[in-house]
Amino acid sequence: MKALFPILGILTAMLLSYALYQGLVVAPTEQTMGEVQRIFYYHVPSAWTAFILFFVNFAASIVYLVKRRPAADVVALVSAEVGVVFCTVVLITGPIWARPVWGIWWTWDMRLTSTLVLWLIYVSYLFLRRFSSGGQTPTLAAALAVLGALCVPFVYFSIWFFRTQHPQPVMGGGGSIDPRMMHALLINWLAFSCFAFLVCWSRYRLEMLQRDVDQAHALESLMGARRGAR
Amino acid sequence: MKNGYLFAAYAVTWIIHVGYISTIVVRYARLKREIKELKKN
Repeated sequence: MKALFPILGILTAMLLSYALYQGLVVAPTEQTMGEVQRIFYYHVPSAWTAFILFFVNFAASIVYLVKRRPAADVVALVSAEVGVVFCTVVLITGPIWARPVWGIWWTWDMRLTSTLVLWLIYVSYLFLRRFSSGGQTPTLAAALAVLGALCVPFVYFSIWFFRTQHPQPVMGGGGSIDPRMMHALLINWLAFSCFAFLVCWSRYRLEMLQRDVDQAHALESLMGARRGAR
Repeated sequence: MKNGYLFAAYAVTWIIHVGYISTIVVRYARLKREIKELKKN
């Protein structure tokens, strides 16, 4: 498995480069917005990847609540952390696109606000995991994750249910898109998904190692206490 | 000027990702040192 990681890393780097080329060179320039529309090729795939990671977090949390498997708890933690990173990209690239197109950096529109709330929920989840030391932390975090996941479909469908300034969805929104634009979008999504998978894999290995080290420290303290008692 | 926004968005994306990966690398290096210490004891 360890040998597979660098190979996948190289393939993902190549895919990301190809996706960048597709987004910056091959995809045609949008007529109204011009070059700035190309932010879409990073913004939208990042949002989709974040949603997928939050769904993985939801599924892993359910598995942990039902079966109490530590591996499921680690998957939940890792997917939430990487999901927050992708959601941060969405929240920063969105306003960078909005400034030249709408003339403002931010508006308290339903899609933007609900995405910010979603981000805050998962940041709270990570704070809970980081600063709570009780044995109930994984269970509390899993419960929070299940509730947080309910926000994901709300964010996605908010542009259908509410009047919003945010553009309509690329898929299922009723509009049409140039096939080269769609190709660039899907390639970027594939590349960012592979990248997210590799980052999750590294973070998973790190967390497992951290837990082993914590266990070894606990064992060492116990043995030290025993020696002191004799 | 509009290209500046495009560049900023792409650059910020990679700064965030590289920053996060750097934290993983730093934490991994720290753990390796801890493992070495544990093995010594």
